Amino acid sequence: MGYDLKIRVWRGDSAGGDLADFTVPVEEGEVVLDALHRLQATQAGDLAIRWNCKAGKCGSCSAEINGHPKLLCMTRLSAYDPSETITITPLRTFPVVRDLVTDVSYNYEKAKEVPAFAPEERQPDGTYRMAQRDVERGQEFRKCIECFLCQNVCHVIRDHEENKEAFAGPRFFLRYAELDMHPLDTNDRRKLAQEQAGIGMCNITKCCTEVCPEHIKITDNAIIPVKERVADRKYDPLVWLGSKIGRRRRDARTESD
Amino acid sequence: MTDPSTIERHDYDVVVIGAGGAGLRAAIAAHEAGARVAVVCKSLLGKAHTVMAEGGAAAAMGNVWPEDNWQVHFRDTMRGGKMLNHWRMAQLHAQEAPDRIHELEEWGALFDRTPDGLISQRDFGGHRYARLAHVGDRTGLELIRTLQQRTVALGIDVYMECTITRLLLDGGRVAGAFGYWRESGRFITFDAPNVVLATGGIGKSYQVTSNSWEYTGDGHALALEAGASLVNMEFVQFHPTGMVWPPSVKGILVTESVRGDGGVLRNSEGRRFMFDYIPEFFKAETADNEEEADRWYDDKTNNRRPPELLPRDEVARAINAEVKAGRGSPHGGVFLDIASRRSDDYIRRRLPSMYHQFKELADVDITAEAMEVGPTCHYVMGGVAVDADTEESSVPGLYAAGEVAGGMHGANRLGGNSLSDLLVFGRRAGVAAAERTARDGDRPRVSDEQIREAADTALAPFEREGAENPYSVHHDLQNVMHSLVGIIRTENEMREALDEIQKLKERAAQATVEGHRQYNPGWHLALDLRNMLRVSECIARAALERTESRGGHTRDDYPMTDDEWGKVNLHCRIEDGGDVVVSREPLPTMPDDLSGLFE
Repeated sequence: MGYDLKIRVWRGDSAGGDLADFTVPVEEGEVVLDALHRLQATQAGDLAIRWNCKAGKCGSCSAEINGHPKLLCMTRLSAYDPSETITITPLRTFPVVRDLVTDVSYNYEKAKEVPAFAPEERQPDGTYRMAQRDVERGQEFRKCIECFLCQNVCHVIRDHEENKEAFAGPRFFLRYAELDMHPLDTNDRRKLAQEQAGIGMCNITKCCTEVCPEHIKITDNAIIPVKERVADRKYDPLVWLGSKIGRRRRDARTESD
Repeated sequence: MTDPSTIERHDYDVVVIGAGGAGLRAAIAAHEAGARVAVVCKSLLGKAHTVMAEGGAAAAMGNVWPEDNWQVHFRDTMRGGKMLNHWRMAQLHAQEAPDRIHELEEWGALFDRTPDGLISQRDFGGHRYARLAHVGDRTGLELIRTLQQRTVALGIDVYMECTITRLLLDGGRVAGAFGYWRESGRFITFDAPNVVLATGGIGKSYQVTSNSWEYTGDGHALALEAGASLVNMEFVQFHPTGMVWPPSVKGILVTESVRGDGGVLRNSEGRRFMFDYIPEFFKAETADNEEEADRWYDDKTNNRRPPELLPRDEVARAINAEVKAGRGSPHGGVFLDIASRRSDDYIRRRLPSMYHQFKELADVDITAEAMEVGPTCHYVMGGVAVDADTEESSVPGLYAAGEVAGGMHGANRLGGNSLSDLLVFGRRAGVAAAERTARDGDRPRVSDEQIREAADTALAPFEREGAENPYSVHHDLQNVMHSLVGIIRTENEMREALDEIQKLKERAAQATVEGHRQYNPGWHLALDLRNMLRVSECIARAALERTESRGGHTRDDYPMTDDEWGKVNLHCRIEDGGDVVVSREPLPTMPDDLSGLFE
């Protein structure tokens, strides 16, 4: 049930490049990364691809397939017609290093700007006690595999290089939300989310949510609640205090989305 | 010829190679102890193989079963390792694991909770009590993200996508490390009196594996070349449950939690065949009928464990035997069934990654039908021989922690003991390396000659006129290891494997690469191949030497466990000519207060 796949791969570096056409045999059940590996092993030994686990768990092999940002290892060839030529290009928002590998250091710089987790004291018996339903909110965000597809697709930076300095992007709004909702964290991060991470620039078009391979509801469950808290904080310190003591009704609502 | 003065150069007290759980934990510990630390890793930060660990981290916290304590955990670990473990490592591991898990919470980890708000613990093979701290079935991701965020918060220097190809020595002690940036292909040298190896395992030498591309045995080979020895290399763990279909995903891990949470193994006749494979060694603690096994999940006091939760080596061999006997599934595995035993909701909540993985990669809904699974190369018990308390090897200044270190797991590792191993021994290595820095006044020096030689070796694949494709040599090596030094071994096949490895070494020496040095995977593979070949030779030589079956080493020609072999470890070293030599060394003697636990 194998067939010859026609595949077009962007090859080049920071100085420029072009699409190159290849034909490579593929087998039933294979994913796009299998086809690229076979290409590497038989026709293009120096084809640069970033990948690690090939099981959708590490988030290394992000690229654009026919213009759609995806993980190469989780995109099955059966999603395409065998007669179709599929086109693989590097993530557009980040500078190309070589072929399908991009320079994603922007994301690692933004990670350094997030203030560290600052837990409250342990309980007298030496433990931390948290309810399962309270940890589950943060756990949704901690499913993030840092594939940076959400960063790649976010139009605030995809077409506006100049916004990168002031804007941390959806992956880090997740991180701010996670820390803000963490049952043990003692920092107030909303001022930072607003002033340093630039969450105000997000106009909730949900592009990030659509491409998330972990199906995290980035916009509904992380960005919108953080935006609301940023607004609350400006007007109502009592609500802020309440958020640190117990759960608020609004959270129960967003959780059931 | 490369001019050493043009090479990028950095000076640190401690260089940690590898950014998985052990490497990051070592770096954090060394930094907190006052050392200047660098982490050097082949991939981007946060992508190391630890991210793929699923089930959990074993620690006798006693949150679910108050009867649990470090002695019980120690005993389980030693019995799981068929008593070949270094007792002191197993003891330290069992004693310190709970603290290492608790401190992750201080750094932001969000483990699943018990009803009274403590860290929840789940059942796993070989563990007497439910003891794995977990986050659904993505515990490794939680662990690595927590350590990664801690590393970033502390401001530790991280050199990402940077591969170390050689350790630099000064008169037999560590002086630094040499490598290249993957992105640019440019060389880099670290001057450092301490190097911690935390490079993980060797799975990429095998055809069917759950391991990621980084697992090319780099740390094992670097240690050998520096003069250290590797212990227990014949013991390779085949995880019983890897995916078997479609071919593209063959080997991808299916977590043991499926069985810990109630899943059972069946053959093509629908029989729970594990009842037919209960070894004498575990008979007293294993249920011999389905009713008792099923009651155990809720009542561990009055019932014995299901045989599906025997240690991994036992289960992997049983699956292998069922398939060989013609009772396998359509794609050459057996059936792992949780759909008929637990509710949809329970499965999706406890095993979200497995649900997602089977749905997206195999079109299988695990809440409605059984999975097809079979053994996959998962873990190497063997590794660098180290001092149990400091993780220092026989080479002064060279440490190893995590999968690259040997001894802790003996002949077979219990599930869940790896994540806690990373934390316990990563921390110990980091602390010891930092203390050694503070203690030693004079710093070793790296000679220009060593750097020049390392650079020339690394560039050789571009200079050669040979016609070998590194991808083909790798493919052939995987075939040899899979078919000749796999789950069931015989003398003839291993001799054949050693001949084949010799030929592959010659071919690898002729490997040439196209293109230039910038992010060139063909070149990277040509360099990694040397490491895979060295490690493969160690595995084959040690496996040939050990004429018995024990844990992750099964000899068809010596099917029984031999008490005499229970007294020795095998050590691999390389001699001047580069050949691997194997020697026998007596096991360290367990003190009476611990040996009393086994009576």
